[in-house]
Amino acid sequence: MTPEAPAIMAGTSFGRSVGRVEDARLVRGKGRYVDDIILPDQSYAAFVRSPYAHARLASIDTADALGRPGVIRIVTGADVAAAGLPPLPCGWMIHSTDGAPMKMGVRPMLAQDVVRYVGEPVAIVVADTRDLARDAAEAVLVDYEELDVTADCADALRDTTVQIHADIPGNRAFDWDIGNAAAVTDAFASAAHVVSLTLRNNRLIPNAIEPRAANAVWNAVDEQLTLYMAHQNPIGMRAFIAGYYGLAAEHKLRIVSPDVGGGFGSKAHNYPEELAIAFAAKLVDRPVKWTAERTESFLTDAHGRDHLTTAELALDSDGRFLALRVDTLANIGAYLSSSGALVPTYMYATMLSGQYVIPAIHCRVRAIYTNTCPVDAYRGAGRPEAAYVVERIVNVAAERIGLDQAEIRRRNFITDFPYQTPVVYEYDSGDYTRSLNEALALADYAGFPARQVEAAARGRLRGIGIAAYVEACGIGPSAKLAALGGGAGMWESAEVRVHPMGTVEVLTGAHSHGQGHQTTFAQVAADRFGVPIEKISVVQGDTDRIQAGTGTYGSRASVGMSATLRACDSIIAKGKAIVAHLIDVDLETVAFSDGIFSSSATNRTVAFAEMAYAAHTAAGFPTDQIEPGLVATSFFDPPNFTYPSGVYVCEVEIDPETGTTDVVAFSAADDFGTVANPMIVEGQVHGGVTQGIGQALWENARHDPDTAQLLTASFMDYGMPRAVSLPNYKLVFTPTPSPSNPLGMKGCGEAGAIGAPPAVINAICNALGVTHIDMPAAPETIWRLCQARMSS
Amino acid sequence: MVQVTLRVNGKEAELDLPGRALLIHALRDHLRLTGSHIGCDTSQCGACTVHVDGKAIKSCAMLAAEADGCEVTTIEGLGSDAALHPMQEAFRQHHGLQCGYCTPGMIMLALDMVARHGQLDEPTVREELDGNLCRCTGYQNIVSAILAGADAMAHV
Ligand code: FES
Ligand code: FES
Repeated sequence: MTPEAPAIMAGTSFGRSVGRVEDARLVRGKGRYVDDIILPDQSYAAFVRSPYAHARLASIDTADALGRPGVIRIVTGADVAAAGLPPLPCGWMIHSTDGAPMKMGVRPMLAQDVVRYVGEPVAIVVADTRDLARDAAEAVLVDYEELDVTADCADALRDTTVQIHADIPGNRAFDWDIGNAAAVTDAFASAAHVVSLTLRNNRLIPNAIEPRAANAVWNAVDEQLTLYMAHQNPIGMRAFIAGYYGLAAEHKLRIVSPDVGGGFGSKAHNYPEELAIAFAAKLVDRPVKWTAERTESFLTDAHGRDHLTTAELALDSDGRFLALRVDTLANIGAYLSSSGALVPTYMYATMLSGQYVIPAIHCRVRAIYTNTCPVDAYRGAGRPEAAYVVERIVNVAAERIGLDQAEIRRRNFITDFPYQTPVVYEYDSGDYTRSLNEALALADYAGFPARQVEAAARGRLRGIGIAAYVEACGIGPSAKLAALGGGAGMWESAEVRVHPMGTVEVLTGAHSHGQGHQTTFAQVAADRFGVPIEKISVVQGDTDRIQAGTGTYGSRASVGMSATLRACDSIIAKGKAIVAHLIDVDLETVAFSDGIFSSSATNRTVAFAEMAYAAHTAAGFPTDQIEPGLVATSFFDPPNFTYPSGVYVCEVEIDPETGTTDVVAFSAADDFGTVANPMIVEGQVHGGVTQGIGQALWENARHDPDTAQLLTASFMDYGMPRAVSLPNYKLVFTPTPSPSNPLGMKGCGEAGAIGAPPAVINAICNALGVTHIDMPAAPETIWRLCQARMSS
Repeated sequence: MVQVTLRVNGKEAELDLPGRALLIHALRDHLRLTGSHIGCDTSQCGACTVHVDGKAIKSCAMLAAEADGCEVTTIEGLGSDAALHPMQEAFRQHHGLQCGYCTPGMIMLALDMVARHGQLDEPTVREELDGNLCRCTGYQNIVSAILAGADAMAHV
């Protein structure tokens, strides 16, 4: 690894809270989301979905539905099989400890013989209108023979009578481990203290407020397929849909993801539905549009988390960590989704060192199929699960040995960087002690005992919880990921076009669906060129405009912004060469700053826009040495991940009469490296922390144990965070620039969702004086604990 | 099919719609006012909030036929190309939106809050937001935006 020194951004906009370029459009209702698009001769699709979690498909009778007015075509698994379309793949290969490759259950685009989760697509009805399609979908008669089900991974492992994939006995996709088991065993043998904890990381439903949507049109003459889809990685999807599915040749496949209404990972995966819509459009030769209803989103957007974990921590007599042993059952759902194998392994177990020196770590992960919606990356993706294990057991240890929860952390923090953990990753930079100090100050940690006494006088149980998280973002380099089993490059590209009048376009494969890239990517170019942000536009989300890209997920915009910076620098280098001719000086004497080219050899200067014009008139320089035009491209493959970190302090008050928890204060000190736009970054923390509090207190995908039906399949049943239940958060940044990219950025999108759940649960345990409570910490559970305490 | 006459953002519209068409579908599909969004199928998210005869309603919870003869205002009816409505401006100033999908509904609800309460305070705004979901912002900046927008409206 050869870290580059972070560039000093001398200009006026990078690092400031520049107002968002995208907002003028969005606050006027002039956004353009996929469902807003109606194409000429538009037809509409509705899915026939399995009402059972596990059943054999005996027969599908489409006659009645097909005979209805306005119904154009019904597509079933038989059509998919006839076309020879392959099953959906998982993009990551994991090998079990015994060397065997993971077992991938076959996931067809439309069900063939067996359905394995409620909502699995069985057929598509295409009709002239949305209503006709929906009505006809209800008239498709499917004969299901019900099979036994299991929704819980512990049950699925124990109960061998339910077999979800015929060729995968025991429902086990892989049994993988990482770390040094022998070293852990030795350390436990000599430990002064050992604590253990079993915990569940509850299953979550992403619930971007814009549902998934697709609209596909096939041009049979030119063999061109255009697919509008609400996706986080449209540019990357082209290679997948063309190369793997062959639905169109790569150069004739256009994918457009215009405005996308939130993703949180759930729109980064390959799903059967969008592929099926593209397939259907080819069959009917009319544009076919589908927009998920919220119930479909609940049932079929890949779920998140769902781990059952036992952890043991060994400490010496001073409270220093010696070893951590973790055993996790990961419920992966009915199929291995796109990153379904990556999330519970290299995104999870590799983060188990937390912010601490832990000399020996071992983690075993068994990935288990169940009759539930597939599980994949959701805001944090593996890292929240790891932070939850580490930050819970650290508090259990603190309580056991009588150390303050801040002190036990302080005593074990990593202080020297780069730091090689025992589980693959090398942390880039950080100042964990500073983040702790700043978070404690923000939260007035010292004043807590007085607040607790005051709350007690009001009959409230007040508690305080600390959580210190670290995560891995800005994922790359590609070669390292390939060595771990990855199947796609992890760079990002940017193309910078400077037009003759000096306006600038930045084209990138990164995709913003709320993150504000139109602003932050423009800030990079604005500063580099000394050009006002109004003269820059950022182009994304259309394969007809952007050559290559890997999309936005895993807080990786730093990669695309670094590519943007490098492309800008290529433009400046070319500009200098042009200017040297224009003002007739040696190239070495030309400098550029604040939008002006100058030379130590003359008083003459050339403004950026003048240079751009000259680059296009191409009269002032020898075009056999310098080509006309002003376009530069960069593909940035980062030398290492970035490692954002932070410390969160949560304060709760519990009403023992009702068991309800109020989050009364939440303070966050985050190290995101260089911050491009504090306003936007704070917004990301607000959103992430809210999803984290949601996981800790309300959100939970519950299944009926007998039928594996999702019981929380609407906003009426699933506990979405609401404004009334949340406080204002207090934030501070504690940046240490990352050496992994030229901007020194680390990434901020997922942090809140990673650090908040353990902070909240630590606060609740602190308030109740209990060792552990599972998420979501529902009023009923808390009320029972309070009742038990009062009667004992 | 039913004949429905609406006055939308000050313009008369006569529509021939299936009887079961919801107001949100009339607005989005037939009048192509796509600023109002659909985020759920249980009238819980508020992305579809518009004003009917001056009151905020969830346009997914109303048949288009029920709105016959009514005055409807959508997000597109606020402000002008030249200038944003003060509440729209407040959302921009306070970073009250990320993906923007919930935003039109939030703004239409915010105006209704102002109309009913006049002066707003934070607890009132948080309480009033109960029927509008945002997955991106954690609400903090939406609350600030609404308070600032209400203030700005009081001073115009
Ligand atoms: S779409 Fe109307 S409330 Fe959700
Ligand atoms: S800004 Fe995305 S849902 Fe509110």
